[in-house]
Amino acid sequence: MTRAQMKQRKRDETVTRLEGLVLPKGADWATELRQAALARLLEMGLPTKRDEYWKWTDPTSLTAAVPVKAELFEGNETPFFNAIDRLKIVFVDGVFDASASDDLSGEGIEITTLSQALSADIHWAKDAYGVLELAGQTPVERPLAAMNTAFATDGVVIRVTGKVTKPVSLIYKHENEISDAILHNLVKLDEGAEFTLLENGPAAARFNKVLEVDIADGASFHHIRAQGRDHERRAATHIFTRLGKESLFKSFTMTANGILTRNEVVIELTGDDAQAHVGGVCMGDGEFLHDDTVFITHDAERCESRQVFKKVLRNGATGVFQGKILVKDGAQKTDGYQISQSLLLDGDSQFLAKPELEIYADDVVCSHGSTTGAIDEEALFYMKSRGIPATEATDLLTLAFLAEAIEEIAREDIADDVMQRLEAWLARRKG
Amino acid sequence: MLEIKNLHVKLQDEDKQILKGVNLTVEPGKVHAIMGPNGSGKSTTSYVLSGRDGYEVTEGSATLDGADLFDMEPEERAAAGLFLAFQYPVEIPGVGNMTFLRTAVNAQRKMRGEVELTAGEFLKVVREKAKALKIDAEMLKRPVNVGFSGGEKKRNEILQMAMLEPKVCILDETDSGLDVDAMKLVAEGVNALRDGKRSFVVITHYQRLLDHIKPDVVHIMSNGRIIKSGGPELALEVEHNGYADILAEQENA
Repeated sequence: MTRAQMKQRKRDETVTRLEGLVLPKGADWATELRQAALARLLEMGLPTKRDEYWKWTDPTSLTAAVPVKAELFEGNETPFFNAIDRLKIVFVDGVFDASASDDLSGEGIEITTLSQALSADIHWAKDAYGVLELAGQTPVERPLAAMNTAFATDGVVIRVTGKVTKPVSLIYKHENEISDAILHNLVKLDEGAEFTLLENGPAAARFNKVLEVDIADGASFHHIRAQGRDHERRAATHIFTRLGKESLFKSFTMTANGILTRNEVVIELTGDDAQAHVGGVCMGDGEFLHDDTVFITHDAERCESRQVFKKVLRNGATGVFQGKILVKDGAQKTDGYQISQSLLLDGDSQFLAKPELEIYADDVVCSHGSTTGAIDEEALFYMKSRGIPATEATDLLTLAFLAEAIEEIAREDIADDVMQRLEAWLARRKG
Repeated sequence: MLEIKNLHVKLQDEDKQILKGVNLTVEPGKVHAIMGPNGSGKSTTSYVLSGRDGYEVTEGSATLDGADLFDMEPEERAAAGLFLAFQYPVEIPGVGNMTFLRTAVNAQRKMRGEVELTAGEFLKVVREKAKALKIDAEMLKRPVNVGFSGGEKKRNEILQMAMLEPKVCILDETDSGLDVDAMKLVAEGVNALRDGKRSFVVITHYQRLLDHIKPDVVHIMSNGRIIKSGGPELALEVEHNGYADILAEQENA
């Protein structure tokens, strides 16, 4: 089959898949934006396993007409971020639950739901919705994100004008075994603004989520998300962010199970002296695939980017990392760091990694490393010889392995919470 | 009491016999030194007793107070009272020294059916013992042995020994890589643990450590066997004449 024929086949498959899906109603400008997204989706076609960018993560269950059933998780786990003073916004299987949510108002911040914002005749979202997603479609196509912009039923639209200390917490509940949710969150930080966004919960049997974050000069955005434990859900998420001068973007993700997770992060450093840190830990056990796909573009001087991803895998779990740093011509004094490591607790699990650097400036420091390893036998014996049983010693070494990534979390209370959950995850598996 | 009888050990993956009939009895309260040329089997003896992988016991036995060591996991041997001070203490990035020590102390107590120490109780004891070994708070906070100097690593081994209060301590070339001052400090730490009941097996190449830790019995090991045993004067003889005379004497016998 020729390239053109393959492309055509992909388009035909996409048309078939989208049959019966209707664009959500809204203001005329919103419909136009959705139609434009749909047009680029049809042009690209939905991803298949034949695509280079998806060679390690089979997207079939993400693109199929109906989601695979996901059993509800009945575990008695305390919800994440419970002890933190935050403004809660709840979605159940992708549907906004006003009664379970807090009042959407606060000092220095404007919050609305996406469906409201896109229904208003005049809203700043008109110039923002799908803009970063569109920018993120080159040089690599991200059709699931375009699909999201076209079909997202809801989400939050947040504008931060000041230094907001109380985090906004998006809670995604899953109560229907065959739910299929598409949510799109849009965040805009004005100059000098500060904001923390928390996200947790499995959301749905199948979840397609996009987060667009536009960070103006001198603004700081902190993002921490925890994707549920022992859950069968499948998720494809995208973060698109653009950073202005001297701004900060910091995102951390913890994933403990879920059958399939593809987290793409697309970062563009467009203002000088900006910093972008993205990291995460995942613990996979059994039928589990976790894919971190990151693309960072340095397009300004003296910016720093940091990627720290750690994965612990066992019982046949798979970890994927595709991370790229692109340093454009003129992005002098770039400091790029990327590390992706996995700890395989048995011989059945695997880690697939593709770290990439593409550099067009001549005065930069970029380093990357990727390792796969088992528990250090020397360390294990040393600990056992001191009386620490093998399981406990393995747990300590596993947590030690994850520690570098957890240090990426700026808030100590959240870092402690993450650490405690990892300990609990390890302890429970012994039984 | 540690009793090793006719111990034969080979490498697991190779057809290579390392120990060829070691006999050794260490009574409570005694200090035994094992000396011998490189490759004689000294370190192997310590590894096999502590349960390191890679060795196969083909014959013989080793018991601690009558309990068969080879029937236990390494952690069980530790809880039963065996301690090995490593020649090369292992670095464990990401695991704090304090966490490591407290986990070890409490794991052993749990295995023995004793009450675990609270964080406060533990802290009090560890501070006191660390002070005697000139180990500061900073060193206790750092990851286990990471960035420690040779001397710091060995002192850290002795601190672990002091905290775990074993019945039998095996010191595997604890003097290697130490200057005289560091060696004295380590020896003082060991001597402080001598209480008339605890016994020690000191593996060393050199007599000088034995100036500081006075042995009751000295053994010379060669080619997988203990070929000669005697009092402290045997170590002095080695110091003056090397092993050649003793080895020759053995061959002629």
